[in-house]
Amino acid sequence: MAVEPEMTYPSLRQGLWAIFKRDLVIAFRQRSDLVNSLFFFIMVITLFPLGVGPEPEILSRIGPGVLWIAALLSTLLSVDSLFRQDYEDGSLEILLLSPQPLFIIVLGKIMAHWCITAVPLILVSPLLGVMLFLDAETIGVLIVTLLLGTPVLSMISAIGAALTVGLRKGGVLIAVIALPLYVPVLIFGTSAVEAASMSLVFSGQLAYLAALAIFSITLAPFAIAAGLRISVSG
Amino acid sequence: MLETGVESQLISPLLEAKSLLCERDDRVLFEELSFAITAGDITQVEGPNGSGKTTLIRILCGLSSAYEGQLSWRGRPMSQCREQFCQQHIYFGHLTGIKAPLSAEENLRWMAQCRGSSLKGLALDNAVDQALAKVGLHGFEDAPVYTLSAGQKRRVALARLFLEPVALWVLDEPFTAIDRNGVAELESIIEQHAKQGGAVVLTTHHELSIDPSHLKVIRLGDAREGL
Repeated sequence: MAVEPEMTYPSLRQGLWAIFKRDLVIAFRQRSDLVNSLFFFIMVITLFPLGVGPEPEILSRIGPGVLWIAALLSTLLSVDSLFRQDYEDGSLEILLLSPQPLFIIVLGKIMAHWCITAVPLILVSPLLGVMLFLDAETIGVLIVTLLLGTPVLSMISAIGAALTVGLRKGGVLIAVIALPLYVPVLIFGTSAVEAASMSLVFSGQLAYLAALAIFSITLAPFAIAAGLRISVSG
Repeated sequence: MLETGVESQLISPLLEAKSLLCERDDRVLFEELSFAITAGDITQVEGPNGSGKTTLIRILCGLSSAYEGQLSWRGRPMSQCREQFCQQHIYFGHLTGIKAPLSAEENLRWMAQCRGSSLKGLALDNAVDQALAKVGLHGFEDAPVYTLSAGQKRRVALARLFLEPVALWVLDEPFTAIDRNGVAELESIIEQHAKQGGAVVLTTHHELSIDPSHLKVIRLGDAREGL
């Protein structure tokens, strides 16, 4: 080898886009994963009027909390498959050995995962909000909080998924790792919606949610990348 | 293809390992293992089952950090040039990384793009078609990989080697599930890669028909052979 080949830095956007597109195509070819978390979300919320009774006062009082907790659990349910398949078929090894920074690859994967699991859930939440007797303004705020909050949930649970992907049964461990970290998101999300339903100011809570989203999107991929290296190395 | 230069081949090895030690479950797999891989080398890692061949391969390509000792790439410590090293080697493992729901063509395309390939658009399409033709999968480009046989799946994964010229191939049992003609072809491709100035590290239980003068052997697990 006479000359050392020039190090050409790979285009980050190309890598991000390639992995994002790959995961979306795979998800649309295996639709069961796509439907699972959405169906779970809808079922949990439909059970509440059956369980606590159909009175509008009760339902509109607990509605924001119910929607948020269902969103949180369905994220937890879907996240186990985030790295599992890639780990089992060896493509995770290929991704780890690519010259792209792992940060970018992880970000692409989580973006795809968010589009597959959280976006359908946000799209049906107005309908479920109506079912729980939330008024129009409250539903609007609910959607904004879900848009800001679900990326945080995806990022946090991906840390758990990355740490447990090498284990045979990691599902329960993810819950133990991720659920305590969900608490701030849940508090700000529900309190913004509740404030809106009582016609109070809710911009503070939204600002906190947005800050959490930016914080987790910029920092969590590093933790996820480190977790993946540990899992594959062990 | 790759440039060759006889004089510089003598100067600096591509990959150099110094006194590697790896322990697993309180058992020393290998210790004081030193070797150098220079351009033009075909290096075979030999040893009985469980002697640490795959472990060594995974350490060499950077997947495992469970070792002591130094690894360097083109004279620089591995930790300082991970991106360069990743760009200039291809790892082919037991698990091929092929996605079953995608077609052979789509699989190769994401793999190339994740490597940060300089090929784009039509050039990438052509490179993918040529790579698939080279492994005998002409006509299977668009079929989902789950419809292919085990050997054909391995061939899709092997097609990665031909997408772009890469200095070092790290192959863990590349001949698994490949038919007799395919094995002969792959051997000649490996020899050709070495002749063009590339280097190959591989593990196999298969008797290689490569000229022994070109073949270096790293033998693992000798210590326990008498047991």
